[in-house]
Amino acid sequence: MSIHSSTLAELAAGLRKKAYSSVELAKLYLDRIESSQSGLNAFISITREEALAAAAEADRRLAAGEGGPLTGVPIAHKDIFCTDGVRTTCGSRMLENFVSPYDATVVSKLKAAGTVMVGKTNMDEFAMGSSNESSYFGPVRNPWNTALVPGGSSGGSAAAVAARLVPAATATDTGGSIRQPAALCGVTGLKPTYGRVSRYGMVAFASSLDQGGVIAATAEDAALMLGAMAGFDPNDSTSVDRPVPDYTATLNDSVKGLRIGLLKEFFDKGLDPSCEARIREALGVYEKLGAQLREVSLPSLPLSVPTYYVVAPAEASSNLARYDGVRFGYRCENPKDLMDLYCRTRGEGFGAEVKRRIMTGTYVLSAGYYDAYYLKAQKVRQLINRDFERAFAEVDVLIGPTTPTPAFPIGAKIDDPVTMYLNDIYTIGANLAGLPGVSIPCGFVQGLPVGLQIVGPHFGEARVLNVAHVYQRETDWHRHVPDAFK
Amino acid sequence: MALTREQIESIAHLARLQLQESEIPVYQQSLSSILDFVSQLDRAETQGVEPMAHPLPGLAQRLRPDVVTERDAHERYQANAPQVEAGLYLVPKVIE
Amino acid sequence: MSEWETVIGLEIHAQLATRSKIFSGSSTAYGAPPNAQANLVDLGYPGVLPVLNAEAVRMAVKFGLAIDATVARHSVFARKNYFYPDLPKGYQISQYELPIVAHGKLEIVLDDGAKKVIGITRAHLEEDAGKSLHEGLPGASGIDLNRAGTPLLEIVSEPDLRSAREAVAYMKKLHTLVRYLEICDGNMQEGSFRCDANVSVRRKGETKFGTRAEIKNLNSFRFVEKAINYEVERQIDILESGGKVIQETRLYDPDKGETRSMRTKEEANDYRYFPDPDLLPLKLDDAFIEEVRTSLPELPDQKAARFTSQYGLSAYDAGVLTSSRELAAYYEDVVRQVPEDPKLAANWVMGELAAALNKEGLEITESRISSGALAGLLKRIRDNTISGKIAKDVFEAMWSSGRDADALIEEKGLRQITDTAAIEKVIDEVMAKNPGQLAEYRSGKDKLFGFFVGQVMKATQGKANPAQVNELLKKKLAG
Repeated sequence: MSIHSSTLAELAAGLRKKAYSSVELAKLYLDRIESSQSGLNAFISITREEALAAAAEADRRLAAGEGGPLTGVPIAHKDIFCTDGVRTTCGSRMLENFVSPYDATVVSKLKAAGTVMVGKTNMDEFAMGSSNESSYFGPVRNPWNTALVPGGSSGGSAAAVAARLVPAATATDTGGSIRQPAALCGVTGLKPTYGRVSRYGMVAFASSLDQGGVIAATAEDAALMLGAMAGFDPNDSTSVDRPVPDYTATLNDSVKGLRIGLLKEFFDKGLDPSCEARIREALGVYEKLGAQLREVSLPSLPLSVPTYYVVAPAEASSNLARYDGVRFGYRCENPKDLMDLYCRTRGEGFGAEVKRRIMTGTYVLSAGYYDAYYLKAQKVRQLINRDFERAFAEVDVLIGPTTPTPAFPIGAKIDDPVTMYLNDIYTIGANLAGLPGVSIPCGFVQGLPVGLQIVGPHFGEARVLNVAHVYQRETDWHRHVPDAFK
Repeated sequence: MALTREQIESIAHLARLQLQESEIPVYQQSLSSILDFVSQLDRAETQGVEPMAHPLPGLAQRLRPDVVTERDAHERYQANAPQVEAGLYLVPKVIE
Repeated sequence: MSEWETVIGLEIHAQLATRSKIFSGSSTAYGAPPNAQANLVDLGYPGVLPVLNAEAVRMAVKFGLAIDATVARHSVFARKNYFYPDLPKGYQISQYELPIVAHGKLEIVLDDGAKKVIGITRAHLEEDAGKSLHEGLPGASGIDLNRAGTPLLEIVSEPDLRSAREAVAYMKKLHTLVRYLEICDGNMQEGSFRCDANVSVRRKGETKFGTRAEIKNLNSFRFVEKAINYEVERQIDILESGGKVIQETRLYDPDKGETRSMRTKEEANDYRYFPDPDLLPLKLDDAFIEEVRTSLPELPDQKAARFTSQYGLSAYDAGVLTSSRELAAYYEDVVRQVPEDPKLAANWVMGELAAALNKEGLEITESRISSGALAGLLKRIRDNTISGKIAKDVFEAMWSSGRDADALIEEKGLRQITDTAAIEKVIDEVMAKNPGQLAEYRSGKDKLFGFFVGQVMKATQGKANPAQVNELLKKKLAG
């Protein structure tokens, strides 16, 4: 077996056994990244120099018998996380040359854990998109078929892990941006509970929905990464002060008697029948392991997409007001006055989808429309939240599809935002209610991976990862790598 | 719900976004369809429902001790600025 | 009298005297080099988040309790969205629907001595903006964000004020209060205490309010009075000539003494307020509020009431002496040392001392005569060592030399003459020198009594005890 097909956990063990050095690993993955760039475009920045320096330091620590379980492993960061001294673009022309003077909390925690950053992954501009086509740096391609999208917005992270360009990458999820690309690329993507991972230094899209997480090959790797990323951060008022358990300790817990809820609304007419077949097969695995399946209904859930497309653009319209060409970022040439500076900087610096969402958000918050749209959406959000609360009184986890279909061709939905938005129909609910969710590969349809989504109650990451892991013990879908990257 | 050209122009202005002439009909069409789509919310019965602003209900704002933790780093921060002079960020003249 | 009634509501922005900013650990100290005190949060850098300053909350609660308001157990921060170069994030974090303080009141004393209660609609926490500088930069403005993020308490009155004088009285009262509470340094020159005035006029008897103009950035009591008076005249002129007042924001120009319209905006403001998702609801429990309540100092009105009952002062004197916490403390220090005559202490503090301070533009805390030194002087008046008149000379000498009363009295030989025989001897000499006046007095010209007093005082260089002089003169002149 080649080194690059190892999981993060296996690489960490290999480093401890001195099977290879951190520098060797970094070089191996950097070479893979560089040779894949023209085909996949998964990275916006490749940080060879910094990576080799960090790897050398990790090797010193390993040699001295220091460091933790992640010391020396190469990872990538989604280009939404601020990295001190390394440019952070958020996939936008607006931040094309922005070099952050500070590290995001997630970045500094993973640095402290000894991980080696090899680059920053491509993404939809300001995380707004489900296909990675809105990146200023060009679309990312799906490693399973480069004519297809990898999903978004963390498409770069998902494609990079799927092609084994890195064993794991950070990602963010506002409406499905971790789980949906993980599903379309056949990898494991974990979105933690809102407040579990600090948002400090993560460029904001929609503050009440954004949550940092991880994309990796396996649930075990995601557990390792989450353990290093999670925790209270005094710099984030929405960060929750609650101990971080050892997520790897409970991975092998039995699922006998586990109550699995099947969301009636997740198995609706929009779900591709071949995908549904894969999901049902996966449910069969759980039944065999002794779990109980029962159908539950969340009657307000069908309203999650329209709710999201009011709340998220509203918050985004305000969060993105700071990009005005004054203190950082893009500024238009020769502004003739202040108004011209603002309008042209923003008109030229933002791409089409970002502008669309800013305008949608501006409209729904504006005088005369606030109650009808924004306030109404916040109330429906409450209804959806209550639906989930009721469901979790009856079941331990909810399981269903991550996406209605496998990956679709680049360009197929770009001109129809509403159709594009419906990609997130199964993932948005967890964001609205702040719940943890994971997507794991559960088979293929016409050579394309299908994702199984497991959603848990607040702070149920350990349970969700446990449920994902026991499935991965029984199956090997997570070991599949596209031929071109074997 | 169909937005007029004037509405698009006024939203874009409020958001300080200059649109190209060709973009206006595109946004007219797509924003109208988005608003149509989200108008499904009207169907929900929400009387007496508390609006939800945060996904973790019951949490309260934490308070920070009143301590100065920062030092002057304006040169470092201004390395990203398009135009500075004498420590000031420059913009076209603001008329009051 | 005019047939018009003026209606004024004030919005006062008090910068809270915290060490660090409301949402960041940057210093709030005044006068730093441009942008030296603007950190990543203040600059609105991508990815940064606000965390609320405990002291700003505590100060707002203190204020709420001091104005007998409702302190909200649950309040919410909201974003006010608009673009301006001194507003780094493109929104100001403020409070909108659920402010921390609501329904308070403040009592003011009108010119005629009558009292009036002014309603305070709300007081909410928010962040200050930076500053745009226009000088010395051709075609450009320079942005300094040191002030951005300084905590402000915006205090909004009901439209209960009916004249510029009332508005000033209210503003002064608030100014006194925030300094008593030590939540704001009150420095108007540095912009720590600023005022916007909403002014309208209506015909007397009318119940509906007229259209109002908002006058921005009034940074002195004098400007508030002048700007309001100007604005009232302007609006009356418009209405009397059949015109209409338009609702707008106006700027007061102190050089011209007039208000002028700010450049009309192309659009009406649409601030798109919504709850800030980066901040959770602020929840305060009763225990915290009670703890703050016990930390409240004696408030100006309470202190003034105590001064009248405990020291027998008039309401006016008590009002003046409690106009600042420092002045009241000075006064009480003096009284503690001369407890037998609080009125005498009041007269000296409000009279000679106030005049001397005023002349040099000093604050009470900068007085050249300490409370102990003044008490020393008053003791010598009380024990008849010197007369009140001589005391004024001694006061002046103390002010300029910094020495104490006893040393000066001793050195200059100012000790009062209280020896009856000595005074009688002087009286005899004066009577002998002025036989004509004596004859006139004795033939009934009582008014000449004063002449004799004057002569005796002159002969003793003012040192004779005036009461004794009076008494002895009466006897001697009567023959």
